Amino acid sequence: MAEGSADGASADDMQQPADFVFDAASEAEIAGIIAKYPPGRQMSAVIPVLYVAQQQMARHTASAWVPRAAMDAVARRLSMAPIRVYEVATFYTMFHTRPIGRFHLQVCTTTPCWLRGSDAVTAACRAATGIEGWGETSADGMFTMTEVECLGGCVNAPILQVDDDFYEDMDAARTEALLAALRRGERPDPGSMAGRQGSAPEGGPMTLIGDAAGPAE
Amino acid sequence: MAKVTVDGITVEVPAGSNVLQACEAAGKEIPRFCYHDRLSVAGNCRMCLVEIEKAPPKPISSCSYPVADGMVVHTDSPMVRKARRGVMEFLLINHPLDCPICDQGGECDLQDQAVGYGVDHSRYAENKRAVKDKYLGPLVKTVMTRCIHCTRCIRFAAEIAGVEELGATSRGEGMEVGTYVEKALSSELSGCLIDICPVGALTSKPYAFVARPWELRKTDSVDVLDAVGASIRIDARGPEVLRILPRINDDVNEEWLGDKSRFAIDGLKRRRLDACWVRRDGQLHRATWAEAFDAIATRLDGMRGERIGAIAGNLADAESMLALKDLMATLGSANLDCRQDGSAIDASRRDFYTFNTSIAGIEEADAVLLIGSNPRREAPLINARLRKRWLQTNGALKIGAIGPQADLTYPVQTLGDSPALLTALRDGAQPFAEVLRKAAKPMLIVGQGALLRPDGAAVLAAAWQLAQASGMLGAEWHGFNVLHTAAARVAALDLGFLPGPRGRTFAGMMSGGVDLLWLLGADEFDTGRIGRETFVVYQGHHGDRGAARADVILPGAAYTEKNGTYVNTEGRVQRGFAAVAPPGEARADWTILRAFSERLGRRLPYDGIEALRARMEQLNPVFARLDVSPRFGATDPTGPEAGDIALSDTGFVYAVANYYQTDPISRASPTMTQCTEIYRPTLAVAAE
Ligand code: SF4
Ligand code: FES
Ligand code: FES
Repeated sequence: MAEGSADGASADDMQQPADFVFDAASEAEIAGIIAKYPPGRQMSAVIPVLYVAQQQMARHTASAWVPRAAMDAVARRLSMAPIRVYEVATFYTMFHTRPIGRFHLQVCTTTPCWLRGSDAVTAACRAATGIEGWGETSADGMFTMTEVECLGGCVNAPILQVDDDFYEDMDAARTEALLAALRRGERPDPGSMAGRQGSAPEGGPMTLIGDAAGPAE
Repeated sequence: MAKVTVDGITVEVPAGSNVLQACEAAGKEIPRFCYHDRLSVAGNCRMCLVEIEKAPPKPISSCSYPVADGMVVHTDSPMVRKARRGVMEFLLINHPLDCPICDQGGECDLQDQAVGYGVDHSRYAENKRAVKDKYLGPLVKTVMTRCIHCTRCIRFAAEIAGVEELGATSRGEGMEVGTYVEKALSSELSGCLIDICPVGALTSKPYAFVARPWELRKTDSVDVLDAVGASIRIDARGPEVLRILPRINDDVNEEWLGDKSRFAIDGLKRRRLDACWVRRDGQLHRATWAEAFDAIATRLDGMRGERIGAIAGNLADAESMLALKDLMATLGSANLDCRQDGSAIDASRRDFYTFNTSIAGIEEADAVLLIGSNPRREAPLINARLRKRWLQTNGALKIGAIGPQADLTYPVQTLGDSPALLTALRDGAQPFAEVLRKAAKPMLIVGQGALLRPDGAAVLAAAWQLAQASGMLGAEWHGFNVLHTAAARVAALDLGFLPGPRGRTFAGMMSGGVDLLWLLGADEFDTGRIGRETFVVYQGHHGDRGAARADVILPGAAYTEKNGTYVNTEGRVQRGFAAVAPPGEARADWTILRAFSERLGRRLPYDGIEALRARMEQLNPVFARLDVSPRFGATDPTGPEAGDIALSDTGFVYAVANYYQTDPISRASPTMTQCTEIYRPTLAVAAE
């Protein structure tokens, strides 16, 4: 599901801040981004700059989203028509045009993850957060849970992505523990929860460990 | 050129054309939704699929595939037919198929093409998606569930109208076309979205549920609500004009039309003068034609010619102006004027008062100077041409302006608002002078805002000198242009509807300068300036300012109700045709004048409009050149008279403050009133 229906004008007017100003940290980042493009092509920076705006919202409000005022600020900063920014921001699911929880839980439910138990991960998320449906935010504002398609990490399925980090080899217990840690303000190291190295087999490497003659018959 | 064979027919098309154009050249019609020859190519609807030999073995969208020499195209192979049927099936998955309640019904591309490529049943049992309708202002109605995402409207807004306000937000099944943040589209050409939308997603709000296309009587005519003279089609049913659409005319309006010209028609039914009125004891009373004529004749009895005057209004047709001029001549009066705004125009030569570059000629210009003109408000279609030229040159076209800051939908360098800039530019003392001088085909546009001031004549003369100094007056290129705002003005000047020898000007006829004043649809001035004792005859179609001051009212016909000749700002002579009959007692204007001349016993010497037109041509041969582009180079460098008043340093003010209401018809139109209210805040900003 795409974030935010196109009638962004009406539904969530209440939550929209009246204005948005880039802070010093964002400005510094934006200057660096724009410098990557030839003069007059600053519009090409729209995606990274929107992301800067979203990160600034996360810093200031603990909710990583791009309000309309922020899209307008991006448009002004890059001298482009606001509608062109709205189009980009609403197209990519990476951008949230409505407030979300402090942590964004993205459960992959595509076939490989599903075969490896994504249903249990989903159920654990539901139980731990009290969230009922996809796209909803928990009552305490801590978590938003969305369903995503293949994250490209199928080898270590199932995957639960929290904000920008992949937590792999999930199951119900690991999910519970992860969410509890997040609640405590901790950020467990991302990667395989089963202790694999990268996507190597569980229990350590199994190839290229003997002599160069190859595996014994 | 590239040789392309389409279904066995070989045609030659310019290199760089697309396959769709080649197919059209071969007389093969290609179904399409997203492709439009005046917009950029999107290639997203896939309806135009064809098969091309030796190309990848799959259906290829012809609109976005360039031709190559020796290409062989099939537009009707089994593969093509099957592919198009598939596309149509996809398009109809979410389309509501609500044709019976859709205003596009009967003139819908989707409906027509579904007849050719649709299947009679659907394989989809899923629910259709529903999309919330969008608010785009008082003119365009939306039913967004019908939208097929062709993005024509988005491209039109961004490219032609120059207002980047429409877009496609969200993605996939959630994609919606709209403004995202609700707002009325701030374009004077927004009505064109209705024409351009291939389905019933964007339709006309005022025309909603009014009629079906097959009920309408269609009359080709010309628009008179500005001086561009756009080609229009008037659609009427019974006695009523129901809508106005643009006709294609590449020299003038291409296929666009301004919102006022399209939507002011509800003003044709309101505040109409449909009977004669005569003032007795300070009150207007209904009267017959005979009584009204008697009242005027009695008043005229014994009056000397020099005490009689006539003023022609902005919407008058050439025929009635000539009849009025001839009538005044029989009465011995030389007090004639058509410049109710008091603008200084030197009518001694035609190229002093016309748009000599021609509208299509704008597409050759490489530098433009606007002098006291805001073309966006005065002539949106000319503004669209300027924008088109700016786009054609990839933004290299330099446009300077003398006047208040304004958003014209393309970048303009505002040099200031003082007339003194004209001399500075002429003498090279202003940096922009360099731009004009270096240009191969520079042009300037003098707006009415620059001419309707006391020093108007001096401004006109200075503009001509500037044109001369900047190489605008060549044998092949005439870059001196006057942009009029009144549809009647150029014809009036061509006919010499101006003070004759010792005749009084417009100002001279005010404040009791004449005892009888004949207003031919003249409403655009402060009628309080007319002397208290002056007897006023108002001949026209709307109860507007002129009629309110009149002693006798003669009901005339509006432009949709009479055959008439109009000359646009370029000097192009065009004919308008009656689509409906005038209401009540109202009559075509020249016949009223002819009848009155008979009552006076000074019968005008024409019995029919043909004879009147023959007289017009005899008076000025330009009237014989119908519909032709009047382009010519500058042959005589002598400029217009500068008058006695020197250039002042008061800044220019644009002549049109509110685009939506400039004449009795648009002032009577509720739709235009609504537009004025909605767009007034933006208008105010633009005027600052
Ligand atoms: S509203 Fe009409 S013109 Fe615009 S994208 Fe939809 S179908 Fe095309
Ligand atoms: S299916 Fe979940 S990561 Fe590929
Ligand atoms: S017309 Fe060619 S893809 Fe739409």
